[in-house]
Amino acid sequence: MEKVVIINSSYRLKKAKILSTKKLTEKEKFFEIALSDGERIDHEPGQFVMISLLGIGEVPISVCSSPLIRDSFDICVRAVGKVTNSLHKLKRGSEIGIRGPYGKGFPIRMLEGNDLLIIAGGLGLAPLRSLITYVLDSRRDFGRVHILFGCKEPKELLFRDELEQWSERTDLHYACTVDRADADWAGNVGVITTLIPGVDIEPARTFAAIVGPPVMYNFVIKELLNKGIPENQIYLSFERHMKCGNGKCGRCQIQNLYCCQDGPVFNYEKIKNMSEAF
Amino acid sequence: MQYAILRKERFNDFIARLSEIQKLVAPVSKGYNNFAFEEVTTGDEIALKYIPTILPAKKFFLPRRETLLEFNDAKGANAEASVEYEPVTLFGLHTCDLSGIQCLNMVFSERPKDYNYITRKNKIILIGLECNEYCDEYASCHLVNASFPSGGYDLFFTDLGDYYVVHVNTPAGDEIIDKTESFEKAEVYQMNELKNLRDHKRKIFINEVPIDRSRIPELFDLSFSARVWKELEERCLACGNCTNVCPTCYCFDIIDEIGLNMKQGVRYRVWDSCQLEPFAKVAGGINFRKERSARQRHRYYRKFSYPVERFSRFFCTGCGRCTRTCMAGISLKETLNELIKESEDRVWRRWL
Ligand SMILES: Cc1cc2nc3c(=O)[nH]c(=O)nc-3n(C[C@H](O)[C@H](O)[C@H](O)COP(=O)(O)OP(=O)(O)OC[C@H]3O[C@@H](n4cnc5c(N)ncnc54)[C@H](O)[C@@H]3O)c2cc1C
Ligand code: SF4
Ligand code: SF4
Ligand code: FES
Repeated sequence: MEKVVIINSSYRLKKAKILSTKKLTEKEKFFEIALSDGERIDHEPGQFVMISLLGIGEVPISVCSSPLIRDSFDICVRAVGKVTNSLHKLKRGSEIGIRGPYGKGFPIRMLEGNDLLIIAGGLGLAPLRSLITYVLDSRRDFGRVHILFGCKEPKELLFRDELEQWSERTDLHYACTVDRADADWAGNVGVITTLIPGVDIEPARTFAAIVGPPVMYNFVIKELLNKGIPENQIYLSFERHMKCGNGKCGRCQIQNLYCCQDGPVFNYEKIKNMSEAF
Repeated sequence: MQYAILRKERFNDFIARLSEIQKLVAPVSKGYNNFAFEEVTTGDEIALKYIPTILPAKKFFLPRRETLLEFNDAKGANAEASVEYEPVTLFGLHTCDLSGIQCLNMVFSERPKDYNYITRKNKIILIGLECNEYCDEYASCHLVNASFPSGGYDLFFTDLGDYYVVHVNTPAGDEIIDKTESFEKAEVYQMNELKNLRDHKRKIFINEVPIDRSRIPELFDLSFSARVWKELEERCLACGNCTNVCPTCYCFDIIDEIGLNMKQGVRYRVWDSCQLEPFAKVAGGINFRKERSARQRHRYYRKFSYPVERFSRFFCTGCGRCTRTCMAGISLKETLNELIKESEDRVWRRWL
């Protein structure tokens, strides 16, 4: 057997450092990360990176910061298993490996000049935070902006400070609901679809961006179509099991599409007839 | 020289010389009707008449397990990406197996390129061997256009009785002709015999399944909710044997392994199968292909539909391995026949 180093291997890791961490909820933690040699990841909102802990594994995680912030990027990680739990134990200064960014994000250029209806369910707020912060930083390039956010319980609310700020801004419409209220909750109660009928939009010039758990999509899309938003103006992001990110390992396949390369953000019109998508 | 002749009395001599150039692998017999690609040094070891080997030649291009990264300190992200390879000559590949390698080449050369695969592939010499007749009743190579040679090799051998006609397809093939000093120039009458054989083959190799090749994608377009998949649900054991032995199945898992000192380790990839239950499961326990029927359907669509859209070719080579290996007796030809029957029923019903 002979052996050669492959400099351009698609599995090679970029070194990165954790600049800061913050516990957001019981299960979700926020990380601010910078590539070690001053390199930039240059992502689009909606794209993801592969986060590597050597000896433990690699997981796809959405970038949740605005692409306009260039020296570092953020991720928000829910502890569900091996890698994500280990990641939660890492502290400021720890080194991790990064591959990517991968996939197709939200089509920013297409959204510019139009109204936006952004709908986030639970952890879906993470990838959408990248879009939202970008839109707010380039606010005048967009029309009206609506943000709807839903999660199971108040204690699962992510990015509380930012939610607070969004709710106070006059240049956007923000609404939030929880499936089950607790004693302190004074806001809306009910699934996220209950917020949609009340939003005042001009369907023809509104683009919708949705990220949430799979069960949410069918219901939300039905409401959006009821509202008259055209099918090709609805974008949604899919979560699939991913290993390579390179369109090879087959894990993320939705019929003939590879979620890691052709997605994770898809145009609804293009995939509406794919039964494996929903 | 585009065509050369190897007289049969010189065959063993040729193989001996070929095996001196670099490691030589060829089909060898492993007991009744079982064959495997293994290292050989003499012509006698080679099974020249063989049905497709248990595992296809993909194991030389995409080993069952291969290291992607190596690290000495699991803390941090210092890891080296390297590829292990071995220059090897594969002798005696049938046209179906050459076609399978062409499929893998397309996948791994598509961006983002897979340099592990490409590095290894560039060190492999391929020598084909024509099937003058069918290997057995499980083959469906003609249906998918893999019963005649169509590139993907350095040299290609056709047995014409006392001698082989050898098509020299690449400079690497030329080099072997020069180095082994066993070949003669092809004469016109020998080329005519090759033509006669091909004409004869055209009579015996016929569509194994009653459908025009060009209509297969359309058949699959109509068959996503076919009953056939439900029937497979009841039979398939979800063992993954069919994908392991398939020359065009390449799905893999990526796994980290760390030494007892918790420092050194590797990240490797290993063959995986879309037929296994957890393959498409995500966090939260949702499984996007939970039923065996959905997974079997996926396998067939990955052969006859999805790659046609992506690479303009079928990813089935008709080798018949999946059928030979299936403990549940699931047959590729039978499944296609059922799909055709079912779609005809549907067409009929529309007319009634
Ligand atoms: C495009 C994309 C973006 C994502 N963005 C985020 C994000 O911003 N924040 C976040 O917390 N999570 C995100 N995820 C989910 C995250 O990748 C998984 O939770 C993580 O891979 C689980 O790994 P683990 O080792 O901790 O769990 P494991 O111990 O491996 O398994 C726990 C569960 O997670 C499933 N799972 C394992 N590996 C994967 C995988 N590679 N992809 C999907 N599911 C998997 C398993 O089937 C199992 O049900 C994203 C997933 C995708 C595909
Ligand atoms: S070999 Fe047969 S039983 Fe096993 S997964 Fe394939 S079709 Fe199912
Ligand atoms: S699907 Fe079956 S017949 Fe077709 S290439 Fe794979 S193993 Fe061979
Ligand atoms: S993650 Fe491997 S193909 Fe998409």
